[in-house]
Amino acid sequence: MPCVGDWLNSPLSIVQGIFAQNVPHSDWEKKVTEYFKEKLKENNATNWVPSLNDVPVHYLKPNSLVKFRCMVQDMFDPEFYMGVYETVDPNTNARVLHFGKYRDVAECGPQQEIDLNSSQTVTLERQTFYCVPVPGESAWVKEISFLTELVLNAVTYISASQARVSPSTSYTPSRHKRSYEEDEDMDLHPSKQKEQHMGNSCCSGSDIHGCVEPKRLETEASVGHHVISPNCSPPLDLNFPLPGEKGPACLVKVYESWESFKVNDVLEVFGVLSVDPVLSIVNSEERDSSTLDPMECMDTAEEQRVHSPPASLVPRIHVILAQKLQHINPLLPACLNEEESKTCEFVSNFMSELSPVRAELLGFLTHALLGDSLAAEYLILHLISTVYARRDVLPLGKFTVNLSGCPRNSAFTEHLYRLIQQLVPASYHLRMSIESMNHSRFIPHKDYTANRLVSGLLQLASNTSLVIDETQLEQGQLDTAGVHNVTALGNLITWQKVDYDFNYHRMEFPCNINVLITSEGRSLLPSDCQVHLQPQIIPPNMEEYMSSLLTAVLPSVLNKFRIYLSLLRLLDYSISDEVTKAVEEDFVEMRKNDPESVTADDLHKMLLVARFLSLSAGQTTLSRERWLRAKQLEALRKARLQQQKCVNGNEL
Amino acid sequence: LAAQDARSPPSQKRRTDDSTSTGDLQPMPTSPPADVQSPGAADALFSSPPQFRHSAIPLDFDISSPLTYGTPSSRVEGTPRSGVRGTPVRQRPDLGSVRKARQVDLHSDGLAEDIVATEQSLGQKLVIWGTDVNVASCKEKFQRFLQRFIDPLDKEDEDIGLDLNEPRYMQRLQEINMVGEPFLNVNCDHLRSFDENLYRQLICYPQEVIPTFDMAANEIFFDRYPDSILEHQIQVRPYNALKTRNMRNLNPEDIDQLITISGMVIRSSQLIPEMQEAFFRCQVCAFTTRVEIDRGRIAEPSVCKNCNTTHSMALIHNRSMFSDKQMIKLQESPEDMPAGQTPHTVALFAHNDLVDKVQPGDRVNVTGIYRAVPIRVNPRVSSVQSVYKTHIDVIHYRKTDSKRLHSVDEETEQKRFTEERVEMLKELSKKADIYERLALALAPSIYEHEDIKKGILLQLFGGSRKDFTHTGRGNFRAEINILLCGDPGTSKSQLLQYVYNLVPRGQYTSGKGSSAVGLTAYVMKDPETRQLVLQTGALVLSDNGICCIDEFDKMNESTRSVLHEVMEQQTLSIAKAGIICQLNARASILAAANPIESQWNPKKTTIENIQLPHTLLSRFDLIFLMLDPRDEAYDRRLARHLVSLYYQSEEKMEEEYMDMAVLRDYIAYARGYVNPRLGEEASQALIEAYVDMRKIGSGRGMVSAYPRQLESLIRLAEAHAKVRFSEKVETIDVEEAKRLHREALKQSATDPRTGIVDISILTTGMSATARKRKEELAQALRKLIQSKGRAPSLKYQQLLDDLRAQSDTAVTKEMFEEALRALADEDFLTVTGKTVRLL
Repeated sequence: MPCVGDWLNSPLSIVQGIFAQNVPHSDWEKKVTEYFKEKLKENNATNWVPSLNDVPVHYLKPNSLVKFRCMVQDMFDPEFYMGVYETVDPNTNARVLHFGKYRDVAECGPQQEIDLNSSQTVTLERQTFYCVPVPGESAWVKEISFLTELVLNAVTYISASQARVSPSTSYTPSRHKRSYEEDEDMDLHPSKQKEQHMGNSCCSGSDIHGCVEPKRLETEASVGHHVISPNCSPPLDLNFPLPGEKGPACLVKVYESWESFKVNDVLEVFGVLSVDPVLSIVNSEERDSSTLDPMECMDTAEEQRVHSPPASLVPRIHVILAQKLQHINPLLPACLNEEESKTCEFVSNFMSELSPVRAELLGFLTHALLGDSLAAEYLILHLISTVYARRDVLPLGKFTVNLSGCPRNSAFTEHLYRLIQQLVPASYHLRMSIESMNHSRFIPHKDYTANRLVSGLLQLASNTSLVIDETQLEQGQLDTAGVHNVTALGNLITWQKVDYDFNYHRMEFPCNINVLITSEGRSLLPSDCQVHLQPQIIPPNMEEYMSSLLTAVLPSVLNKFRIYLSLLRLLDYSISDEVTKAVEEDFVEMRKNDPESVTADDLHKMLLVARFLSLSAGQTTLSRERWLRAKQLEALRKARLQQQKCVNGNEL
Repeated sequence: LAAQDARSPPSQKRRTDDSTSTGDLQPMPTSPPADVQSPGAADALFSSPPQFRHSAIPLDFDISSPLTYGTPSSRVEGTPRSGVRGTPVRQRPDLGSVRKARQVDLHSDGLAEDIVATEQSLGQKLVIWGTDVNVASCKEKFQRFLQRFIDPLDKEDEDIGLDLNEPRYMQRLQEINMVGEPFLNVNCDHLRSFDENLYRQLICYPQEVIPTFDMAANEIFFDRYPDSILEHQIQVRPYNALKTRNMRNLNPEDIDQLITISGMVIRSSQLIPEMQEAFFRCQVCAFTTRVEIDRGRIAEPSVCKNCNTTHSMALIHNRSMFSDKQMIKLQESPEDMPAGQTPHTVALFAHNDLVDKVQPGDRVNVTGIYRAVPIRVNPRVSSVQSVYKTHIDVIHYRKTDSKRLHSVDEETEQKRFTEERVEMLKELSKKADIYERLALALAPSIYEHEDIKKGILLQLFGGSRKDFTHTGRGNFRAEINILLCGDPGTSKSQLLQYVYNLVPRGQYTSGKGSSAVGLTAYVMKDPETRQLVLQTGALVLSDNGICCIDEFDKMNESTRSVLHEVMEQQTLSIAKAGIICQLNARASILAAANPIESQWNPKKTTIENIQLPHTLLSRFDLIFLMLDPRDEAYDRRLARHLVSLYYQSEEKMEEEYMDMAVLRDYIAYARGYVNPRLGEEASQALIEAYVDMRKIGSGRGMVSAYPRQLESLIRLAEAHAKVRFSEKVETIDVEEAKRLHREALKQSATDPRTGIVDISILTTGMSATARKRKEELAQALRKLIQSKGRAPSLKYQQLLDDLRAQSDTAVTKEMFEEALRALADEDFLTVTGKTVRLL
């Protein structure tokens, strides 16, 4: 009978068991997913599953159950595979049925052959997603999720290390096991690694006799790519949206309801890890023969490189269960809308202590913004904003803040970003400069030769904080790419969408990105609301000041901030009829007094501010007090801008 | 279907057949010396692995099928040849030589002739193995179809010169006889209406049925035209299989079936010569032999039959037979794609004359056979990668966008509506308040501005296209152009975005960022082919759609000048890099402009506010001002509307307004199927309206309407009739057109000085009163100078001061200079620097 270790370490044998029991019926597939769903529901079971985000691929057991928190970067074409196939032993003529689901390679014993003509063969369809770790995921998210696993997973790691000593029975090719050992050796003897690289470059797989040896070396060498840049073939571009990202990219094979997933969705998948070195051999060999065989040159070399990269570099996950994540904050329960008592308890507990947390956060941000409490208020509102609906083309709930008046030379924005990074689960700091605008790739575009979507900076998951630093921008000439990039940023801010470039046409991808612009004067990018910073203190050493701020906050308090910001984003909100009336009256009144200064746009802004202000206090309906407070905040903000205009006017 | 095959579904079985052969594809034979050097390797390459044969063939016989099976290959080779002189058979790689090879393999032991004999003797009872296709009856049915099929109602654009009351396909055969192109395209829809069962067979077993069709067609053809000599025998190409589907819907059940999918070509490979027949010569005795391709490989004879020398046969490349082949990547068209997903692609293989028929960027409907081939991991390892590679063997291409050049109504072709949908739309059109309803459904998030929305609605429908080429006036434009001007922040851009998202062929550009090149077309050198390519810009791309231009006022002069031609003639002329052409740009233009001084100055005219040349402005049918109304009731409604935005859930919003999809369909249907013409009454009403408009002005000695305004009225009235799905323009349409036109004029052409609506503001850039004042000033100045006697020169400043002293209204320097210029034009004086000289 399968015990805990079994479904974690060799899920395929469980599947085999279920398959064997139910084989004439096709409902074995359903039973498999149900089985794993049950298993994962058990106490903290999801935490038992090792995560590809935290553990390097070569420490994970092949064909074991793993999880991966990732963003769908690209979707490949659906593929047909042998769902069920039959092997035959040529000597005894014994026939055995196998399942092809959750596998890349149709396995069969050494004495068996696959019968391609069998009437039992069932062809099924699956979809491949190219997934990357969530772009801009903050370090604390990784740390915390890793730690929770580490505590629980001690057992798994022990068993994994055992697996390294004695090969598990479920895993047949023994050479893979050896590769682990050699991998360790590699660290000890760098000279050996070098040798292997040389070996790799000199035999390209055409050698008939030693065909197994060099290929094995090749896959290992590509494991080494992680550590040292290769000296032979050019490194594979893993297509991360943001530069300098690390972590495994993964080919996620989805078997069910793949239509429900979209590009840029954040998923958590549980599935069977497949790093079969055979997969890499396929490619190297096909690449050689493609020049000769007309049937095989269906795809270009680039396309093959991209669509079937070495498994050691881009592992495959065969998904058993997948769910879309509302957020990636590990401090919150993964799914909040479920009517589970545990979740409710968590939420209500946190709500009860909301106001002190808010006060503390406000204090923290006020210090971070050099003593400007108004800007800190707006920053909180900005951080909990999210696009909650779209009215035809108009995204509702976006709240782009332009923080103008930032001190230019003191690396203030740099440090401000670091603080924000500590608070939000995913963020990116975009330093605007003529150079970066002209030379970076903002908009993802389709590369038809390789048949993939080449990522760009703006391919970000929902609720990522994008901090644009305009203080570094100098005068200069933008070229075509630069103009496109600036336009794309503008579109992103105004419409919350990015037009991906498909060469022959453009496709609109809606997004939900919190944009914060720091600038000296008013930003050249559009924004929903401009807050002029009025520093109360100018610390002599910005770095010292900011880092002391962070160290002063207790980790537990910091975690509360994190929960606060992620949780409030997910709350619902409404306005009662009564308050609607009051707002109407107010608006009419305001217009009466000064029709020039209050426009529909201002009402939009005030309503937004009121919405987030209420939410930030944990209230899900608008009250009259909040509305007045929102008005007051707006008035303060506007007065400041007016004042600034006057100052500037005098200077000129 | 295929009830007798419950034990093993035919499609599945056949797929595995294919995989048997293509699965162990090997590189084509290289040069002979290599073979000599490594005989072992050559052996492995040139003969199929023996164990494979053992596993495959016995299986075929093992199956104790209750059916007798015939062989398609024997048919193909046997029958047609007998009746034909001089016309060779050509292999059809599009159907897969694979299957034929299997048959040859089956009877390689000399059984072939017997089978043919039995087939003929058994006659009717034979069906092709794995299918329910009976060759003889299938052939007969298809012949009957060719000879009898008549459908006078179904008109296709290729049917030029066909008598629709005669059997259509017999005329096609006649055409083949005359033209000599041995391909017979058969519309599957026709076949379906003629014989449902035959159609089903064609879809399910194209590989077997199409050769039967070929045979049938050839028999009829050579029966009728026995002396005709074609390049090769006629090949039947079915198209428009009703299984036309989106690429996304392809699934394993479609394997080996005839499918039609649409998409866009994104890449095509070089031509690949595929060996069909290898030619070998013995290097010892020069004995030659031919070997046909068998399951994708050539079995090299290891022993010369003549001299019995081993490994002496060498491949002679230039005497071998090759067929052309091309790999094409097809991507699903953007319209078919669900939001938020990336497009799928599928590989196509085109053979022989279908090679190079399509270029990257073409939109095509492809009919072909869907195939799946397993990927082999390694010939020496028994494990197989469990994934199949899929592709489509192309049988027929149909370009969808080439037609666009010829006809206007291709939208009707593209967008087919289901009957229920049409019924629903028609029901909707009968509602009395449909016009208001639609206007309300347009951009519901933007508050009020009802007339503007109505204007845009009419623009979306457009007028009727009229062709006056024969009287020398060319095409009259049917598109309605609209300009929105007004204060920043009055959701003009939002309106533009909405329209851009609503229409299928819309473009959105900003005046600030676009150049003339980006709008029109430019010539680019393709980096790969070094070929000059014409790249089209936004205006050409929005042909038959709407081009939304934001920040129209920020557009530079040269870019704007391009629009002159587009907005009236609806064409674009290009003369660049040796390419001279005129492209269609039948785009409606929806532009938005901001006033020059950030805020709209109500004391100035439209032209003065937005600083656009009047030549361009007069080309807009409607010019609306989007101003912030100062009205308490309005404010209240606006506030309520906005507040509701901030808490209503999305579902609730949907309920309130008409769905965007319904609106889109409604417009598409009206544009495609409704073509209103002016009725008698309506014409009369239009004439009256025009005369009235002229009359208003004539009282004050100015022209207040031009023929252009009349044309605008007609377009608007037609568009309004379209909204009602009415084929006739009636008085109510004219009334609404008049009202809207007047409304727009009232907003944009009111002279702020006099408060009178004055069309000349838009047509000449200046109100009549302003012009009058200018003339008066010039006359006053002339009098002043004349009164000074004949002084040869005057001081500029002095003259201005004198004029100011004399005039009872304030004279600005600009006005003075204008007056001077007017007098200079009359050759009365010249201005040099600061002195004024009389002539």
